[in-house]
Amino acid sequence: MIVLDNLTKSFGSSSILKGLSLEVPDGQNTVIIGPSGSGKSVTLKLIVRLLEPDAGCVKVDGHDVGEMDRDELATLRGRVGYVFQFAALFDSMTVAQNIRLGLVRRGYDESAIRERVEESLEVVELLGSEDKLPAELSGGMRKRVGIARAIALKPRYILYDEPTTGLDPVTAAVMDQLMMRTRDLGVTGLVVTHDMRSAFSVGDRLAMLHEGSIRQVGSAREMQASHDPVVRQFIEGRPERVVLEPPVRRSAG
Amino acid sequence: MTPSAASRVPPGEGFIAHVGRRSLEAGRALSDVGTWTPLLAIQMRRLGVDSVPIAIFIAVFTGIVLSLLSSYIFTGAVPMYFVGALVGKTVMMELGPVLTGMALAGRVGASIAAELGTMKVSEQVDALETLAYDRYSYLVVPRVLAATLMFPVVTAFAVAIGVGSGWITAINLLDLSTAEFLKGLKQFYQFKDVWFGLVKSASFGFAVALMGCMRGLATEGGAQGVGQSTTSAVVLGCEAILVLDAFWALVLL
Ligand SMILES: Nc1ncnc2c1ncn2[C@@H]1O[C@H](COP(=O)(O)OP(=O)(O)OP(=O)(O)O)[C@@H](O)[C@H]1O
Ligand SMILES: [Mg+2]
Repeated sequence: MIVLDNLTKSFGSSSILKGLSLEVPDGQNTVIIGPSGSGKSVTLKLIVRLLEPDAGCVKVDGHDVGEMDRDELATLRGRVGYVFQFAALFDSMTVAQNIRLGLVRRGYDESAIRERVEESLEVVELLGSEDKLPAELSGGMRKRVGIARAIALKPRYILYDEPTTGLDPVTAAVMDQLMMRTRDLGVTGLVVTHDMRSAFSVGDRLAMLHEGSIRQVGSAREMQASHDPVVRQFIEGRPERVVLEPPVRRSAG
Repeated sequence: MTPSAASRVPPGEGFIAHVGRRSLEAGRALSDVGTWTPLLAIQMRRLGVDSVPIAIFIAVFTGIVLSLLSSYIFTGAVPMYFVGALVGKTVMMELGPVLTGMALAGRVGASIAAELGTMKVSEQVDALETLAYDRYSYLVVPRVLAATLMFPVVTAFAVAIGVGSGWITAINLLDLSTAEFLKGLKQFYQFKDVWFGLVKSASFGFAVALMGCMRGLATEGGAQGVGQSTTSAVVLGCEAILVLDAFWALVLL
């Protein structure tokens, strides 16, 4: 289980997280929803200590991430897969090499590595792209390689940062299925997204991040029935101020 | 302390403690032999072998100028075979290492800073760490070691070419025979001249690559940030070369 306990994080004078607490139970997909810039990516980075909180702590399986030494941190990162919002592929390496890198680090032998690479590319429907460089891929394809790189390691937890943004509806649905299938295999998922369709289909639990803390946690049904105006506004996708009239178009002439 | 935050002196930590901790980190990164050895050869080729043409170019012209300059200074005052001595000594001890170092600070320092800076801002460095690699073992150690080993090799080439071009200039453009040139070269030659130059250039390689890595990994922002890191890596590299040059002259001569 991942426990986020009262996390606070500021960058300079702007405070992003103000006492965020959330439990991510095992064997489920928990989805964090929230507006752009609310600190969703920052929250994921705090979990694997790519960033450090100003206060509060993160516990993974009962171990405080902030207290881990170098080796414990490496072990933790081996158990937590991370899908980056913008894929973060190594651009000097081919698709296959990107996926191999983590496997090599774990000391798998060559045949096991090849098998895992093929397996994970098949899952994201990118077989045949092994030798392409990231620059030769579309944004959506890169994102899928990022997902393949994370699942190839068969981690216990996967943190997905906006796995479906930038994908066409069909591929997005495939990714949703993939996240549900991975969960059924016993992997705990923490998904960050503002794609509500994906959030409702993937999430066993949804948590709404608003102004630095969790506003409401609940199942998809509970969230949809929420009376909280902030939550309602977000899941219905209403703009904050209603635009009454479209800007007047001046006719030419 | 996370590696990402490690490039600044954290508040509450004295300078000595900071240096101590950084040395400890460096030691640990170095001891992770399995990670950096496979990358060392690649970096040695990229940073070293690929720099040979520019070093040769500089050496050829330095040799020509030194030869002409010394004949201008010595004519009517000192026997002309001193041309050989001046060309040999200055190329081996000073101009070979320093000019090659400066050229490589531009080439090697800039390319390291730009590469690591781009990796940093596109989250590739974070991605590397989520795959349980250490940024120092994987990125910094192979580059710094490769530069420390290869700068002397490139410098040795440059010295040989520089002396050679000085000699060719002397016998063609000045009224000097090969025997006279060699007489001057040999009369004042000491073995120390050679290793003094090579030790210097190893230290230049170390400093240039280290500046490139540190500036690169400290990059913030986007393309503009990468540009800034690259520029400051080159400037710092050149400054470090001049300071080290004076340092070695004080310590070793
Ligand atoms: N390394 C950093 N340095 C400074 N500010 C940062 C850093 N990382 C994030 N921020 C700031 O923190 C805020 C939250 O960023 P974050 O990336 O977590 O947003 P998000 O919720 O993931 O948004 P989006 O949905 O657009 O991805 C932003 O205002 C951003 O400018
Ligand atoms: Mg984000």
